[in-house]
Amino acid sequence: MADTGNILFSGVGGQGILLASEVTAHALLAAGYDAKKSEVHGMAQRGGSVTAQLRYGKKVYSPLIEPGRADILIAFEMMEAARYLLYLHSESKVIVNTQQIKPPSVAMGQIPYPAGVLDVITEKGVQVVTVDAFDIARDAGEVKAANVVMVGAMSAFLPMGAAVYEEIINTRIPERFREVNLKAFAAGRKITA
Amino acid sequence: MLSFFTCLWQRVTGEGQFLYSLCVVTADNKKESLFIGFVVRFASHPGEADEAFKSPSKAENIKQEQVKKVTDSKQLWMSGNEAIAMAAYEAGVKVASGYPGTPSTEIMENLSRYEGVYTEWAPNEKVGLEVAIGASFAGVRAFATMKHVGVNVAADPLFTASYTGVRGGLVILTADDPEMHSSQNEQDNRNYAYAAKLPMLEPSEPAEAKELLKQAFELSEKFDTPVLFRITTRVAHVKGVLSKGEMMQSEASCGIEKVPAKMVMLPGNARNRRKVVEERMALLREVAESDQFNVIENGDNKRGFITGGVSYLYVKEAFPEASVLKLGMSWPLPEQKIREFAAGVDELFIVEELDPFLEHHIKGMGIECHGKDLIPNQGELNTSIVRTSIDPDSAPELFAAAELPMRPPNMCAGCPHRGVFFNLSKMKDIFVSGDIGCYTLGFLPPLSAMDSCVCMGASVTIAHGMAKALGDEGKGKLVSVIGDSTFVHTGINGLINSVYNDSKTVLVILDNRITAMTGQQNNPTTGCNIKGEAANAINIEELCRAVGVKHVEVVNPHDIQACKKALKTALDLDEMAVVISRAPCVLLPEIKNAVHNPYLTATENCAGCMACVKLGCPAISWINITPEEAVAKGYKEKQKGFAVINEVQCNGCGQCAVLCKFEAINRKGE
Repeated sequence: MADTGNILFSGVGGQGILLASEVTAHALLAAGYDAKKSEVHGMAQRGGSVTAQLRYGKKVYSPLIEPGRADILIAFEMMEAARYLLYLHSESKVIVNTQQIKPPSVAMGQIPYPAGVLDVITEKGVQVVTVDAFDIARDAGEVKAANVVMVGAMSAFLPMGAAVYEEIINTRIPERFREVNLKAFAAGRKITA
Repeated sequence: MLSFFTCLWQRVTGEGQFLYSLCVVTADNKKESLFIGFVVRFASHPGEADEAFKSPSKAENIKQEQVKKVTDSKQLWMSGNEAIAMAAYEAGVKVASGYPGTPSTEIMENLSRYEGVYTEWAPNEKVGLEVAIGASFAGVRAFATMKHVGVNVAADPLFTASYTGVRGGLVILTADDPEMHSSQNEQDNRNYAYAAKLPMLEPSEPAEAKELLKQAFELSEKFDTPVLFRITTRVAHVKGVLSKGEMMQSEASCGIEKVPAKMVMLPGNARNRRKVVEERMALLREVAESDQFNVIENGDNKRGFITGGVSYLYVKEAFPEASVLKLGMSWPLPEQKIREFAAGVDELFIVEELDPFLEHHIKGMGIECHGKDLIPNQGELNTSIVRTSIDPDSAPELFAAAELPMRPPNMCAGCPHRGVFFNLSKMKDIFVSGDIGCYTLGFLPPLSAMDSCVCMGASVTIAHGMAKALGDEGKGKLVSVIGDSTFVHTGINGLINSVYNDSKTVLVILDNRITAMTGQQNNPTTGCNIKGEAANAINIEELCRAVGVKHVEVVNPHDIQACKKALKTALDLDEMAVVISRAPCVLLPEIKNAVHNPYLTATENCAGCMACVKLGCPAISWINITPEEAVAKGYKEKQKGFAVINEVQCNGCGQCAVLCKFEAINRKGE
């Protein structure tokens, strides 16, 4: 729906997608939006493709994003960006972590990891921002904060200032991880802001 | 449902400023809540805020004028399952029992953290429901939770509890899984309400789930009936905004009360109760006719929609102008209300996921309507499906999906199950009957070592049935595999049958010390209860011996050779044999957080045999090389590639090192 913003998070189980989507959801709530988020638990989390769907607006009904209606796709793995092409429209913003995680058929050498996997998106004229989140997080002091780097990079496309996210990180994330996450967020935001 | 939250929003746009406060349930979902609040200055024109989410990228960043703590808010951000747990607590539930099963598991997990509620993991859903019935008979509010297929296991007590009725309120929650995200079928459990003659309530979202569950307990006590409460994956695992509510009290009094005419379902008593059931359903139909659960939202009368559950949300989004009859009570149906609604609209559409449950009953009233002639009867619905099923021309042009390698789930790096399935995959003539759990992934390539999987507990029984059918042909070829929790769930019954009726098959119990698939729940074999406190532990090998299995061998599955020997020994026996493969799940916190001692590849020694790669471990990958690259690396020209271990992912289980004959896999530092 035109009056509802749609953010699709995609990646591989274990990449911290749920935390990233939680931080984003809380930032949207803090800015006064209604929101709904849909997650998949269970079988899908054993290293398989994982998504979280976050919708926000004045009043959100459906928890699911319609095909062709994702305004933002934030992908934590390159192939997992291309997998959701069906959900994009020409004005979508795609933020991609340049990390590659081999699916079983690639890890076993049966097929190569698709070269230029993001071309299928860019050739549609959709804006793609690539983020070396793994390296940036490592420089910030913790590779596991790559998910928060991605949130930082995405945050420039959402209508909230950095302070909103910082407050969420300060209140939602255990104290010992706060500083590194604040640094990771700031480094990510710098890329796109 | 208009929330407090939405009202606040309206104030924002009017005054340009608003106070939002958020009650955050801490990461471990403890009750202590953290309150944070924001005073946010918005654009002075309401429309500008609207613009912000129409095109987020163009939006001006909203400046946060002031951030301050407030403590008077009740706004929460919760999943449907978290909301239901809170509602059960607020409803005054005293006893709750369940068996883990996606998408229901988090309800009991969360409820176990509230004070004053007794919670437990039962070995299976039938046990869980009977425990809840017992608590209800003792006069307290009781709650049983399970996934949709769990209701099949609990169906025996369910159908008779409908006759006995309750003392304390009794609610049975079924979490259905349209689309089979994590299930072996997508049965529509609304049919149970009809078949068991029980009322069923069905929310569309977390906030509504919370309100409806509390009303379910009142309904149960008021009408002396168990109440079925149906959610689906897109209610259970959807997060939304909701509020804390008031605590409620049961009307019943806790204590022993003998009411044999109601509680002893001998035929004579049951025949009397059968009449009571009909009288009760007549009274419940009156409730259905009221506006308590079933509400008409008047809109454009050209099209009217009757819908319930999450489908209601899709209808509201796809056809915001249309008239809607939203059914919060899926059974019994409000015939009068439906007739009036149908008469007031030009065209009537029934929008429901899975079975044409409402449609059949509404057509049975002689009312013309569209339903499954347009709306799919398989899988989940969504706004697009609902819109384009009814208005095919509204389908937008979409980018075609890209063709990419699939990324199915896989057993984790270091998963103990892999050692068993690797060995089974090498035994070409055997048939492996599997069961429900993480280990069902043993079916997937490269191991491909599972040949059947039907339901919880069906591994050992299917092997037994095949053995009886095949006779001598099946000798030494029939293996069943089952997890520790599933073995206790319903596997033990099958093993008793196999011993009693002289099966000559091998049962492998994959004991990874936890119920893993659903996210690490304790079970009767782990030595801990739902709260993680010490509990009596069933000894699996003693249990097997007690039911008469003479050959019980415990083996470490990471020791590939020992595991192979144990399987071969068991298969060679002419009697029922049990092999217990015992090693902890790598996702258990004590394993996950331990310092790992990973293996590394000495690639110069790799001969490219792929023995390690064929384990299908996510930490091992294969790098293809050209003949020139092979020569440059000092390999034979014909070597096609080499294996590499990802040090970060490897947790040092050592299965691959055992398989490597070229000393190319060594523990780090050795």
